Amino acid sequence: MKVALFVTCFNDTMFPESAKATVELLERLGVDVDFPTGQTCCGQMHINTGYRAEALPLVRRYVETFDGYDAVVAPSASCAGTVQHYHSRIAAERGDAALRDGVANVAPKTYELTRFLTDVLGKEDVGAYFPHRVTYHPTCHSLRALELGDRPYRLLRAVRGLTLVDLPEREECCGFGGTFAIKNSDVSVAMGADKVRHVRSTGAEVLVSADNSCLTHIGGILGRERSGVRTLHIAEVLASTERAAGTTHAEQPAESARWKGRPEQELAGQEVTHP
Amino acid sequence: MSHTFVGMPAFPDAAKVALVDTQLRRNLAHATKVIRTKRNGVVGELDDWQELRLAGAAIKDRALRHLPDYLEQFEAAATAAGATVHWARDGDEANQLVAELVRQAGADEVVKVKSMATQEMGMNEALAEEGIAALETDLAELIVQLNDDLPSHILVPAIHRNRAEIREIFLREMPSAPPDLTDEPRMLAGAARQHLRRKFMSAKVGISGANFAVAETGTLVVVESEGNGRMCLTLPETLISVVGVEKIVPTFADLEVFLQLLPRSSTGERMNPYTSMWTGVTPGDGPQAVHIVLVDNGRTRALADPVGRQVLRCIRCSACLNFCPVYERTGGHAYGSVYPGPIGAVLNPLLNGVDAGPVEKSLPYASSLCGRCFEVCPVRIDIPDLLVHLRGKVVDSTRDRSVPTAEMLGMRAAAWTFDKPGRLSAVQRLAGLGRRMLGEQRTSLGPVPFGAASKWSRARDIPLPPKESFRQWWHRTRGKGGAA
Ligand code: SF4
Repeated sequence: MKVALFVTCFNDTMFPESAKATVELLERLGVDVDFPTGQTCCGQMHINTGYRAEALPLVRRYVETFDGYDAVVAPSASCAGTVQHYHSRIAAERGDAALRDGVANVAPKTYELTRFLTDVLGKEDVGAYFPHRVTYHPTCHSLRALELGDRPYRLLRAVRGLTLVDLPEREECCGFGGTFAIKNSDVSVAMGADKVRHVRSTGAEVLVSADNSCLTHIGGILGRERSGVRTLHIAEVLASTERAAGTTHAEQPAESARWKGRPEQELAGQEVTHP
Repeated sequence: MSHTFVGMPAFPDAAKVALVDTQLRRNLAHATKVIRTKRNGVVGELDDWQELRLAGAAIKDRALRHLPDYLEQFEAAATAAGATVHWARDGDEANQLVAELVRQAGADEVVKVKSMATQEMGMNEALAEEGIAALETDLAELIVQLNDDLPSHILVPAIHRNRAEIREIFLREMPSAPPDLTDEPRMLAGAARQHLRRKFMSAKVGISGANFAVAETGTLVVVESEGNGRMCLTLPETLISVVGVEKIVPTFADLEVFLQLLPRSSTGERMNPYTSMWTGVTPGDGPQAVHIVLVDNGRTRALADPVGRQVLRCIRCSACLNFCPVYERTGGHAYGSVYPGPIGAVLNPLLNGVDAGPVEKSLPYASSLCGRCFEVCPVRIDIPDLLVHLRGKVVDSTRDRSVPTAEMLGMRAAAWTFDKPGRLSAVQRLAGLGRRMLGEQRTSLGPVPFGAASKWSRARDIPLPPKESFRQWWHRTRGKGGAA
């Protein structure tokens, strides 16, 4: 199986650790993953903000880049959702029949990471070790656009050492919403503040999710509140192993754009014991 | 005729005002949560809920596809049953028609059943100008009217008020309210009942909307909870019903689907307490002069939009409001229209056009696109998709400006960057350089005082880019030209 990584422009630029973790995880599971360098962006921001014409070349580039692969894996529910729900529409409304055929070929082969792991590779236990108290936020795109259901939970429950705690009102939107976070920043922050309140009520050390975009928003508030709760993409949790424990990507703040609510030494002293 | 309140600010500004009103936030959070829980309970009882939704959408789509035929069929059937059918292009026409009909009946006072269509057209205000007093008889609508307030919810227009506030309004504005009135719901309802009964007995004209209009039989249907509707529909001599043309369903049997979908979605009840149906005039029973005003007021504009037309399936259940995280925090007034919440965010721009004003332009962006509204909508209106569609129209309406908007420039710059991987890579290298200059110990930024960054960073830290992007890392470690 020829598998390509669609890293997404946001992960590529801001969260390379999540992307490296995706590669590491897939390779550990025996997948020979390629990174076709012609890729850039799925066009989500343009489409969702109303710039459909500007998105057309991005759709074309996506199709051309990934046409020859059996599967495309994206560590982002919202980008995978954009490919699956919008690429065909953009192609159709611009009257580009060839592009529409291309999309019809590529879009169904585009998988969000956790779906690829569970549905294509048939894995739940990916051999990960992550000795932390974790709560999971199911982002709206993973929940309602991609209907990932309990897939991420199944994967997390199989991680050794990980204590998964329930997030109250978990299906509530965090308030990110792309340019909504700027255009309606007051409402966005009001929604995010409620999400953060629920996250903090769990006593989790780490908030995990399938979208770094939502985590940037929630993490931004967690950081401002000096909460001490870290945010982490699910790929980084699943890539983590005993061998790497203590030196996972997540533990290298200087390399990562993650927030730490407080200095690292302080956090280290906070390690929660787990069953 | 616009459906948005005159002089309302665009959504983000109005929302800001609402967000700091902690009383409002508490009232809304409580009320919407109660309705959500009830709705989930009764919807969960039905095994065929998803099939019902599909059926509801399909029936409405059929009605809309053949709308002119069904409307004429309705007119013929209602006329044959003794009703008089009138047609109005817009709200002004409908208001004039209704005022004329009220005058002909020799009345200067009318009792009203809650109706979104007449609110949309500002009928009460238009009648007042003609010297006709219109009395709202739905409890929540009455509260809004007494307090000279604006409605903030489709179904529960006074959802932004709590019991204590309602008691104060009654004591202040209702002459018959007992001085020892408490804020117990039973007491408040009793006071309203006293106030309204007298009017029901004396009114010569009733004005209603309709939830459904059956083409096959010429029947109108009103679904309600309080019985005030039944009074208005049966006691006055003259009944005038103002009905949007999209209320048509083809056959009487179609009601089977909607009378399951509507109460469960709106009030979270298996069946609403009062369902009134009437077909023209029944001699010796109920109103003997029955008028039906069929109103367009923007519906055909929405119908002409192949993507947008699904909005006309809406049965005004308000489930999308109750489940919307934005509505829950801002309330209805921020939407600047009688149609608030997710449905308002798409309906107003579709009825009026996105370029009708700042409110219409801002509404398609008043959503995080979380998708809850689509999930609960009983007639499967894909509101998130409509919002994105309308955003496209908003942007397209700015394309012919001689000076492009700042956002347009930013989006074009982003598109230019993404057009070639080499450009993206160059931008990433620049960002990495900036990061090195800021010092490696820092991982995020606090408040930034200017531009879009200030909107983000007022309450959220800003992440700093890494020194090395993923594609640079790939290029360095795998050597397959990641930095293309
Ligand atoms: S859009 Fe759907 S959920 Fe919202 S009021 Fe209309 S029918 Fe109800």
